[in-house]
Order: sequence, then C-alpha cells, then structure tokens
Amino acid sequence: MRIVAEHLSYTYDASSPFAARALDDVSLTIEEGEFFGILGHTGSGKSTFVQHLNGLIRLPSSQKRYRPKKGQALPVLRVGEFDLADKKTDFKALRKRVGMVFQYPEYQLFAETVRDDVAFGLKNFAEKGKMPTEEARTEAVKSALEIVGLDYGEVADQSPFDLSGGQKRRVAIAGVIVTRPEVLILDEPAAGLDPLGKKEIMELLHRIHGDWCKTIVIVSHDMDEIAENCTRAAVFSEGKVVMCATPKEIFSDEARLSALGLDLPLVAKLCHALRARGISIDCDDKTEDFVRAVLSLKEGGA
Amino acid sequence: MKDVSFGQYYPIDSYVHRLDPRLKLLFLIVYIVCIFLANNFAALGVCAAVLIVTVIFSRVPIGKVFRAVRGVIVLIMITAVLNLFFYTGEGEPLWEWGILAIYREGIFFSVFLILRILLLVVCSSLLTYTTTPVALTDGIESLLTPLKWIKFPVHELALIMSIALRMIPALTEETERIKNAQKARGADFESGNPVKRIKAFIPILIPLLLSALRRADELGDAMDSRCYMGGKKRTKYKKLRFSWRDLIAASVGAALLAGVIVMRIFLGGIL
Repeated sequence: MRIVAEHLSYTYDASSPFAARALDDVSLTIEEGEFFGILGHTGSGKSTFVQHLNGLIRLPSSQKRYRPKKGQALPVLRVGEFDLADKKTDFKALRKRVGMVFQYPEYQLFAETVRDDVAFGLKNFAEKGKMPTEEARTEAVKSALEIVGLDYGEVADQSPFDLSGGQKRRVAIAGVIVTRPEVLILDEPAAGLDPLGKKEIMELLHRIHGDWCKTIVIVSHDMDEIAENCTRAAVFSEGKVVMCATPKEIFSDEARLSALGLDLPLVAKLCHALRARGISIDCDDKTEDFVRAVLSLKEGGA
Repeated sequence: MKDVSFGQYYPIDSYVHRLDPRLKLLFLIVYIVCIFLANNFAALGVCAAVLIVTVIFSRVPIGKVFRAVRGVIVLIMITAVLNLFFYTGEGEPLWEWGILAIYREGIFFSVFLILRILLLVVCSSLLTYTTTPVALTDGIESLLTPLKWIKFPVHELALIMSIALRMIPALTEETERIKNAQKARGADFESGNPVKRIKAFIPILIPLLLSALRRADELGDAMDSRCYMGGKKRTKYKKLRFSWRDLIAASVGAALLAGVIVMRIFLGGIL
C-alpha cells in the first residue's frame, strides 16, 4: 500500500490556551515495500504524523461536523485504496491492514496468557460471523510468536507480566503483526532496550519486512538505527518535513543536520573524520559496509 | 476523555487569579454558607450578583463557566423535577394526577433549588479555574495547620492531594495512549450493548492500573532516594502572603454574609 500525504496539519487542543501546533503542512509519500524511517526530536510531530496513518487521529474532513474553510489547501491522505479524508472510510478495515506498534508497547499487554493477548487483534478484526476457528487462531498466534523469536510452547500459556522486558515487547509486536498487516508502523521500537536488545528488534523487523509486512515505517531519533536499516527517511522538525531522501543523502548534509540540532550516525562521523584526513571512503553509512570499505582500503592502499 | 478539562486551571492573569488561595477557599466556604442561609429570592439574587461580578473579574471565558454547569445538568433536572411534583404546599394544587401534584410553592422551590445548585457549581469551579492545584493544596495545608495540635498528619495529607492532582493529567494521557494502542489492534469502544462496552474497557483498565502502580512505586523510590521526610523543617518554595487584594475580597465576603443574615431575619420566606 502506497501512503500519500499532502498538506497535513494538526493542532492539539485547538481553541484553548494550551493549543500546540504538531504538524504544519506536511507532504510525504511512502512507497510500497520501503523500510521508511522518520527522524526528529521529541515534539517534532513525528508521532502525530504516524497516528494519522491508521486513523487514530482523523483528518478534519473525515469527521461528522466538518465545514471546509476557504482559501486553504485541502489535506490529502491516502493509504492504499483508503481515502482518509473521506467520512465513509471503514477505519476498522484500515487498521487491520495498517498495524501500529506504539512506544513501549509492552505497557498495553493485558490478557491472562500470552496466547490470549496475541489473539486479541485476531478476534477484533474477524468479520462478523467469520470468527476464525480455534486451530486457525492457534496457528496464526504460533507463527506470529515464532517470527518475533519466541518459543510458542514455552511462552503461550504464561502470563505476559511474568516475561522479561524484551520478551514482553516481542509479545506486543506479535500482537500487532498477527493479523498480517501490509504496513507496519513502529514508534521508537527499540527505545529503552540495551544495544543487544536493539539489534535483535531490528533483526526481527527485517525478518518481518517483505513476506509478512510489505512496508515498514519506523519512528526514531536514533541516527544509527535509521542509517543501518532504512531505505529512505524523512526528517521532521517543528511539525514540518525538512528533508526526505536516502539515509546516505541525509547524512552527507552535515551542516543542515547540525543546524537542526541532529547528530550524525557513528559511521558517517568516522567517514567524515577520515575524509578530513584525506582518506576518501565510499560507503553507505552501514557498519558492515564501512568495515568492508576500510578493509579493502587497507589491502589496496597500504 | 478530552472532556476532563472541566475544572482545570485556566492559565491567565486576573484579579481573582492573584488572590491568596487560603482566602479563596475561605471565601468559597462562606459563599456556600450564604447560599444555604439565603431563604428568599432577594438574598439569593445578591449572592448571584456577587458571583457574576467575581466571574467578570476572573476573566475566565463564559463558555468555560457554562461547561462546568453542563456536567451537573442532569442532577439539576432530576432534583428540580422531583421537587416540583412532590413538594406539598398550602391551599389548592395547580395540577394533580395521582400522587403527583404541582403547587405554587413547589414551582418557586424548584426554581430556587436550581439557582442554588447553579451558584454552588459555578462558584466551586471558579475556584479551580483560577487557582493552580499546587496553590490549592498549599492553601488547604495552611488552613488545616491547627489540626496538627491533635496529631493530624496535615502535611502528609496535603502531599497525597498534590500527588493525586499531579497524576491526573499523566494518567489521562496514559489512558489515551493505551486506548489508541488497543484501537490499533481493532478494539471497539463505541458499539455493542452496555455489557459488551464495559467489557471492552478491560484492555484499557488493566494496563492503566499496572502503570499507576508502577508510577507510584517509582515516585516512592525517587522520594526515598532523596531522603524525603515530611514535617516541620521543610520550607516552602512559594510563601503565601495576604495582600490588599485579599482584604477587599475578605470584606466582600463578610458583607455578603452579613447581608444574607439580615435579609433572612427581616425578609424571611421564600418570596
């Protein structure tokens, strides 16, 4: 599903003294099959933007009492064949196909067993009178738990609250992908995890990407995460999209990034440092790539 | 969930905002006493006039004030209707059907009651609109200080209150987040019969409860690790001081109380 957003704006608590502008005329297109990154500081509007994508925040024009204002570019938001600016859109059907993993998703676990928690979405999204059979459900839960790297036999009957932090997060992710959404959005999926946990979560996302979920969108403020994993990324700042390109292009514009108060990923920093010493190196800002480039330099050059 | 702004502090600067919270609390108590002492329309009218002037001076938008009333409108209607039909006055009823009867006095009494509740609600919400929760708890703590003589834990009580108030927005936000997360997993909170709808809230309530307990634990640990001890030796960040403004408000309160008592004695009756 292709995601097209044009002229998206959003203000929290409009018409109150607490009004805060979160999105300001955002236009962005995410193609099917991408591993898209959304970068930005806290309060840059990145979370607000992704909540639009599965209709948790509605466009004004999709709400009951809506009167268009004159002289304003009408916002457009389309996800696949769903037109989110339309009142008649079936938001439940949309949510089935656009999965959303919130920040610290382990805090939304509630059921008595891991099995029940993962099956929650499965039951909710079942069409009327078409509840999947017990076996079909078990099968879906089993494959979801396995792709996130958990052993079904071991955890299925445990209480989700008895698991470790990293395991809880995997269960929560399994609970979202169990319905096989085409687009998976994750808000800071690796926040609060140790380096190994972060790496495992990213590996998990690459396992899911492709066959399981065609498009993945991650929100992050970790430059390394974006540089290592994404095919393309957008930089949000004060509610606006200020850059949208491949990570390599984004991180080559050091001056612009530092003006936005954003840091470079480690590999990009090393490349810059090497270049400053007259050693030119061409790589993709990925650790593996970098190591390979440095090794070949050593073999060829020295 | 977004409607919780009822009674939320309205951050502007005005004469009423600047009053000492202790004085505002005392004024509210005196005002409520006045409303209940007033037994005729003239006295209640004076009370209403004082409140209207206060609202004007507070510069809180009139829409906000009415919003506070909206929350209790059902309560007001029920009380009014019950009184209208079951109040037994003297003389012939105006209308009668079985045990229901409307008397002239009943109508007056109902109107009187509606006004009373309205004034009560507007006045108390004005207090929370114009006073920050912190100032309010400071005020309560200061007013309750005499109770320390009977070993009543005033400071601890004030602390519990301010923590509770502090946590309301945090938990509201948390609720919103959990609700969205479950909505994203297809949870439906808007359709189905009442039993089904109540059941639909379990996936919100359990995570919310857990998060409240976790926050409480963390806050307790954080306070412990900074050696927090309630009690005598703590000083205040903001010291409360009475000023000329408070003197004016205090005289208005006293005059109102005196006026209502005089009217009660000399006018009497509901009319």
